[in-house]
This record gives sequence, structure tokens and C-alpha cells, in this order.
Amino acid sequence: MKTRDEEIAPQNEQTESGVSRRDFLKISSIAVATPMVVGPTVVRVAGEEVKVWGPGAMPVTLNVNGQSLKANLEPRETLLDALRNHFDLTGAKKVCDRAECGACTVLMDGKPVYACSVLAVDAQGHKIETVEFLTRGGAGLHPIQQAFVDHDAQQCGFCTPGFVVAAKALVDKYPNPTPEQITHELSGNFCRCGTYAGIRRAMGERKGA
Amino acid sequence: MAEFKWPELQQRSVIGARLKRVDGPDKVAGHAKYSLDQNPKGLLYGTMVRSPYAHCKVTKIDISAAQQMPGVKAVKVIQKEGTEIHWAGDEIVGIAAVSECVAEDAVRAVKVEYSPLPHLVLDAPEPKPNDVAEDTGPLSEDDIWDALSNQVPANQLIPRIKSDGITFKPEESHLKEFKEEGAPDALVEAIRNAPQHLDVKPKPKSPYKRAGEKVQGDPETAFKEAEVVSEGYYGVPVITHCCLEPHGAVMSWAPNGKVEARISTQNVSGMAGQLAGPLGIPATDIHQHQDHVGGGFGSKFSPDRWAVVAAELSKMAGGAPVKMFNDRRSELEVAGARPSAYAKVRIAAKKDGTITGWESNSWGTGGPGGGGAPPLPYVFDIPHQRKQHIAVATNIGPARAWRAPNHPQAAVLTMCPIDDAAAKLGMDPYDVFLKNIDYTGPRAKIYRDEFAKADELMGWKKNWHPRGDKTPGPVKRGLGLSIHTWGGRGHASDCDLTVHPDGAVELKMGTQDLGTGTRTSILAVAADTLGLTIHDINLLIGDSNYPVSGGSGGSTTIGGVSSSTRRAAVQAINQIYEKAAPALNAKPEELSAKDGKIFVTSAPDRSLSWKDACAKLGAMPITTRGRNPDKEHPPDLTNSGVGGVQMADVSVDTETGIVRVNKMVAVQDCGLVVSLTQAESQCLGALIMGITYALYEEKVMDPISGRMLNGNMEHYRLAGIGDIGELVVHMMTGPGYDERGVIGLGEPPVISPGACISNAVANAIGVRVPQIPITPDRVLAALAKGGA
Repeated sequence: MKTRDEEIAPQNEQTESGVSRRDFLKISSIAVATPMVVGPTVVRVAGEEVKVWGPGAMPVTLNVNGQSLKANLEPRETLLDALRNHFDLTGAKKVCDRAECGACTVLMDGKPVYACSVLAVDAQGHKIETVEFLTRGGAGLHPIQQAFVDHDAQQCGFCTPGFVVAAKALVDKYPNPTPEQITHELSGNFCRCGTYAGIRRAMGERKGA
Repeated sequence: MAEFKWPELQQRSVIGARLKRVDGPDKVAGHAKYSLDQNPKGLLYGTMVRSPYAHCKVTKIDISAAQQMPGVKAVKVIQKEGTEIHWAGDEIVGIAAVSECVAEDAVRAVKVEYSPLPHLVLDAPEPKPNDVAEDTGPLSEDDIWDALSNQVPANQLIPRIKSDGITFKPEESHLKEFKEEGAPDALVEAIRNAPQHLDVKPKPKSPYKRAGEKVQGDPETAFKEAEVVSEGYYGVPVITHCCLEPHGAVMSWAPNGKVEARISTQNVSGMAGQLAGPLGIPATDIHQHQDHVGGGFGSKFSPDRWAVVAAELSKMAGGAPVKMFNDRRSELEVAGARPSAYAKVRIAAKKDGTITGWESNSWGTGGPGGGGAPPLPYVFDIPHQRKQHIAVATNIGPARAWRAPNHPQAAVLTMCPIDDAAAKLGMDPYDVFLKNIDYTGPRAKIYRDEFAKADELMGWKKNWHPRGDKTPGPVKRGLGLSIHTWGGRGHASDCDLTVHPDGAVELKMGTQDLGTGTRTSILAVAADTLGLTIHDINLLIGDSNYPVSGGSGGSTTIGGVSSSTRRAAVQAINQIYEKAAPALNAKPEELSAKDGKIFVTSAPDRSLSWKDACAKLGAMPITTRGRNPDKEHPPDLTNSGVGGVQMADVSVDTETGIVRVNKMVAVQDCGLVVSLTQAESQCLGALIMGITYALYEEKVMDPISGRMLNGNMEHYRLAGIGDIGELVVHMMTGPGYDERGVIGLGEPPVISPGACISNAVANAIGVRVPQIPITPDRVLAALAKGGA
């Protein structure tokens, strides 16, 4: 199975049609960032003409919670910043901003990722589900969310949406997780108030999916 | 008629029950909006240019290139050329731009030149006697500027100015500048009227300041006559708050002069008053609102420079809202830290375990302001004592109150030495603690009860072994214990409770819910008093337009908000009894409220539904004001002073140095428990926070660069779900506890884990690891010096 990194890494760094990392750096160093949309630059690489977007904003389309969302984003903007700043989906929280704490966890093609460490442009073409997806269309709480409420698995609540999404991914993977699986699969998320005891109870005693 | 006192156990319907927190569904759904989540129309993104040096002077600032960048809407110099900077990460220039990307680029376009100065960021080495400044003496103008820019509290500075005086003539223009820098009026007055010592020359600066030596009884004789003397070195480093929602605000300053504030705060009612001075507008023109806050732990009482600068940038940008929050590195570097404490301690004891004498030489830092001494010896008022503290002024960023200020440090510096004394006596520390428990004063009985309960839950007496686990193999297991205390009397709190003729109930209070369950607890009290459920009442908190309620710090919230709510609800229900009594053919004092009914206490069949009873109010709703404190509506409903006993069971791998917590037990009292599940959650969370600072947390500073080395969440490590072991919490309730009234709970259970875990590690490996956090390198170093 490929890791998330492998999936989003350029597949074609050395191939004829791609832009090498060195070319990309050369291109980016000559432009000045502006918030305006800048059309793609056409460069010749290894004998072929290719379109290169950025720096500067570019049109981006994301498939989020079953909807097609469009925005003009700079290539350096993360999926998390796109969700929060452009689409007002603020359930995923910005805490560490470098893949350490899990507060921004969303599902990408069903697997949990740190939205702070996926570039929005790279998230195009993937199915993104945020915590808001679980109660879409005014649906009641998902059984995992209900279990968090029932077992007081939250205090300030800032880490909670990330935990809920990670827990959803956990039960998608292991419908009846063992305590060891719960610990392992949720160890990528941190809580400062100390709600782990409640989360363990919630995962151990939840009813339904 | 309902009385103001808390209802007896058998009459409580909601108070003390197990409740699901009312804001739980919003939080799990991701719908709960925090200040960081506010995205008002036309939002600008704020950021800061920060000092890369821990100590320096700003020599040149050029913002012109940044100002001309497309998308940059406002640039403001915060600390002008010539200002001395005392910690890395301090804010020099504020920027507001149309996107985070543009704001980041603008930071790079600002050119600031600095002249670096020598810095001190290491506080652990014991100060040498020659380093310590001799006397305090009169303050120069520079001293006062330093104190202001270092955020030394006015209540520390004013007595010093009054007693020691100043070395300069305070001109009115200077006093005005002090005021503009944020000096409160009382401080300005103190400077104006201070004794002037114009002939005194400024003394050479030293980062080390000695607090007065304190002596009680006759420590000399106590140590001379001691049968056993135990001594050791113990340390607790600076740690940070690491709130998951960083400090910051969304501010807009409209052209009509009104300011909308969305500050992430523990102190909703206090924001407008604190902003008025720095913004130069009346507090009544400032409106603060906050529904949820992502952690504070003592660090979010002030609007801080982040909110002030965001407001000023908004004004410069024509009133567009500006979002200004710390990024993670800045949050860990500048947004508050818990002071360190280190001590060399000696204890004198008799062979039967009676402790007779205490001697401590302690030091520690609270950042540039130095910092106060931890309360030593902690909890145990040992009859003969001598203690001395040195405050170390460092360039690590300012200290802020951290959950139970000074107590966790004092617990390590006291409970670990007592545990070492027990080991030297060859006694079980359980017995030594109890032998001396009367030194704890009025709460000795509570501690005795809690020790017995903790023993039962941990199996202490069954499983304890003398220091050094003798079982074969590299993994050693041990038990440790500690006790603590805290005040926790309720703060001032007002609320308005409105009952409408249709039966709808609304309660407004300018408080905040830090995740402690404040909303749920307020509703529990109101529902219990009105005979309703918590879902029948619309609770509105978090807004400066509501009646003023205190900041949430020092475990003062639950006592304050439960008391004011009780008083408002009792007054309301009594008015309803008055109106309903004729319909029930009874006197108001014969009525009760329960299960959504108003009924005759002696004949529950004679009843009105809540709705029908409220209809008797007529056309207009009633509003009652609840207050705390309130001498006109006795009795006092809140109290002060709790105990608490904790025990830890740990395993230590003597080959890798890794410590694992197997189990922790917390036995805690807090008077009358309002909302049991949330009270237990406070204790569970405190144990986890305690495991974190006992084993992982430390603000690691680089002596060369003066910067924090672990300003991220990979290396500033919090405990994860796999690090906590089994946690057992027992709340002491019932007779002897409930009648004390409501007492705060946030601080007490977080005090003991450090000492408790350190003692368990010593019990396991047979040697003290002197400093927390007990990291593998420290375990291996302690073992190398000699142990199991």
C-alpha cells in the first residue's frame, strides 16, 4: 500500500513530460507573489511544453463533503487553510500546522490525513470528507459522535473534531477495535485538556457504527 | 418557599447528577465556533514581525516595502527603534493583509535591524552567591520601564516603589508615557508620590534577586537534635501552556468608533475594561463575544498585544476585521510559561517518622520579571523552618499563571524530599505522611479519609515495597504518592434569570466555559432549583453585554456561577410560588417545584404544570438578579480549601530509561459536587496533564541563540492516548463534604502528579531522579550515579 506521501508526490520528476524540482524552483524564484490569479506559465522541459501554475493564485476545485468547491488559491496554500479560510469549514482546527497534533484530521479518499500538511492543489481529484460531513443535511450525530458525548470525551473541544474523524477512520478499518488498536490508531492526535480516558471509554462502549 | 441554601441530598434532582455536557453535541459535530474560527466578511489576516534575539535593541525599522505590497492593508510599528527587547519572538511590527500568504510575504519585506545584547536563558544552575544582587534599593526610570515592558504586575511594583523609592524626578510628561505604556493609575500615582533618592547611582544589573530569608521556630536546634537528616536537590523546569487554540483575536474597529472583539479568553467580562486604556476609547464602545475557548489554563486573562494590535490594524485598514493569532512556534515561545523552581532541601526527622525541621534554598525564573517563591514547605507546616529564595530574571519570555500557580512546583519540592526522608527512615511514605498529617491544619481529617480511600483503590499497603524493586529483570515497578491543597472560593458573579409567561426560561451571565463544564453546571443549579431539566433553560454566556461574572482562574468559577445562579433561581421560583399559590389553594411557602410541576409539598397531587404556573405571571416576564457574594441573601454558598491525595504506579525500564505510568489514583474533595461527570473529567484531565509535565514537558532553551529549541508539538511533547495507563478518580461527597458548599476543582488535581510520579520512579529504581520531566536520559543519569 502506498503511503499518503507517495500518492501525492510528483510521479514524474525524471520523465520527459514533467517539470523537475530544479526547474520548478527556478520558475518560482522569478515571480513575485500576488493575490491575483496568474495564468499558467508554459515552459519547455526536456523537449516538451508544459503548463506550470503558480506562484500566484490559480483556480482550484476540491471535492469536499460531496460538493465541488472552487476557489483561487496559491499553490502553497494547504488543504486546511483552504477549508477554513475559503470555504468556512472550521471543524478541522489549525493547531500545530505541521502534522504533529491531528487537530486538522480529515478523510482523503477515506483515509485520515493531516489537512495542514496536504497542499490544496494536491487534494484536487481526491474525495475530501471533513467532520462536518458526519452531520450533513441536518443529520443527527454519528454514533461515534454520540459516544463522545455520552462518555464526556471532550473538554475545551478544540481537538475533538480531529479525534472524531480519526475515530471514524479507526472504526472503518476495525469495526470492533481492540484497546491496542484504539491506542495505535488514535495516537496521531493530541489533547491538552486530557480527555483520553473519555475517548477510550467512548470507543470501547460505543453503540452502532 | 425555597431557601437560598443548597438543597439536601434527597431533595436534589439535578445537582450532583451525572449529566452529558450541554455543548458536547456542537463540539463533536465541529459546529462549535471558537474565536479562531470567526470568518467575518472582509476579513484581513494579521501577523507579526518578531525579534529573532532573546535580548537586543531595535536599531532600525523599515516598513516601506511592506506597505507598498499589493494586498497589504496596514502595517504598524509596535516597538519603535531604540526599544530594548527581552525575549525572542517578541512582537516588533504588526501586519494585516488580504490573505495569510500575502501577510507572510509582507513579514519578509519588513527590514528590522537589531543590536544583540547578552542574554540568560538557563535557569537550572544554582546561582552563585557572588551573582546575587545585594539589595533592592530605589528604582531608576530604566528599572520602571523594564518592569513595565516585562509585564511585572502592578501589585508587585507598587509596594516596592512605595518602600524603596525612585532615583529620578517624575515629570508629568514621563508619567504620561508610563500610562501610555500600560501603567495603571495606581502605579502612576505611586511613582508620582514615591520617595525620591536623586543622589543614588544606578546599581549594576544582576539577573539574580534574593527574596528575604524566612525563619519559623528554631531550625538550628531542630537540625542539631534530629535523629535523621535527609537532603536532596529537586527541580521543575519552565513549561508552557500549549493551549490548542493559540492566543489571539478577531478585532474590528469600525469608523463609528465601536470595537467588536472576538478574543480567545478566560475572562469575557474583563476584556472591554482592559482594552479601553490601550485603545483610548470608553469600555462601553467595546463589545466582546466568545462561545467557546480552546484552552487557557491560566494564560488567557488579558486581551494582550495581539488583540490591541489587531484592533489598531483594523482601524488603519478602515474598519475591516483583522484576525491575529499566534502560530504554534510563537504560541510556545511567547504566550506564557509556568515558572521554574529548583531547590536544595534538608529535612530533620525523628526515628518514628515525625518531621521536625525544614531548610530550603530555592531558585527559579518567571521570565524577565524574575518571579515569586513557591510556597515551601508545601501543605505541611513543619514547626521549624528556614527558607531562602532567589528569583532569576531570564530572557525566555514572560510567565503567566499556569493551572494552580506555584503549587505543582511546591509539591515536587516538598513531597519528594519527604519521600526521600521516609526512605532514609526505612519507613513507608504512606505512614510518614500520615504521621505528620496534623501539620496540614484544619484539613487533616479530610486527608486521613482520602488516604484510606486511595489505599483501597491503589492497593498501596498490599503492593508497596521498600525503595528499589528487587525483582529480576530490567523493568522495575514502584509506587509513589503526594498530597495537595487549593483555595477555590467562588469569584464575584452576577446573572439575570428571566421567566416568561409561556414558561420559557433564559439565564444570562458574562462568564465562559473553558471546557470545565461551566454551562452544564449553571444549568444543573437552575434546573434543580426550578424543578426543570437542563434542556428547559436557554443559557446565554460569553458576552460582555451580559451581567458581569469573574474570569475563570484559580478554580473560582464553579463557586461563583453556581451561587449566583442559585440565588437568581430561588428568587424566581419564589415569585412563581406567590403567583401560583392561589390557584393551588395553598400558601407560597407550602409549594415545591420538581419534574416540571409546581405542587403542594404535602399533597403532590395538587399541582400546576410549569407552563400553567408561569401563565399566572400575567403579561410580563419576571427577571431576577443573582449575585455572588451576596450578604443580603445568605447563607454563603461557596467555600475555600480542599485536600486531595494521589498515588501513582509506574514501571521504569532501567536499560532504556523509559518510564510508563501503569495506574494513577486521584481522591479529591471539592465540597458540594454540582455536576459529577464533569467533575470527574476535570480530575482525569488533570492526571493526564500531570503525567505530561511529569514525563515530557519542558521549554528547552538554547543558551547560544537564546531561542526555544522545541517550539513545536513534535518536540514539545504532550502525553498521547497510549501514555496514560489506568486512571481512577474518586470524588469525596456526602456528609462532611456537601455541607461545605461549592468549592473549585480546576487546579487541585493537577498539583500532585509530578511529585507522585517522581516518588514512584524513586521507589521503582531505588534512586531519586532529581528533575522532572523524568526523561530517559535523566533516569539513566540517576541510575549511573547509583541505584537499583
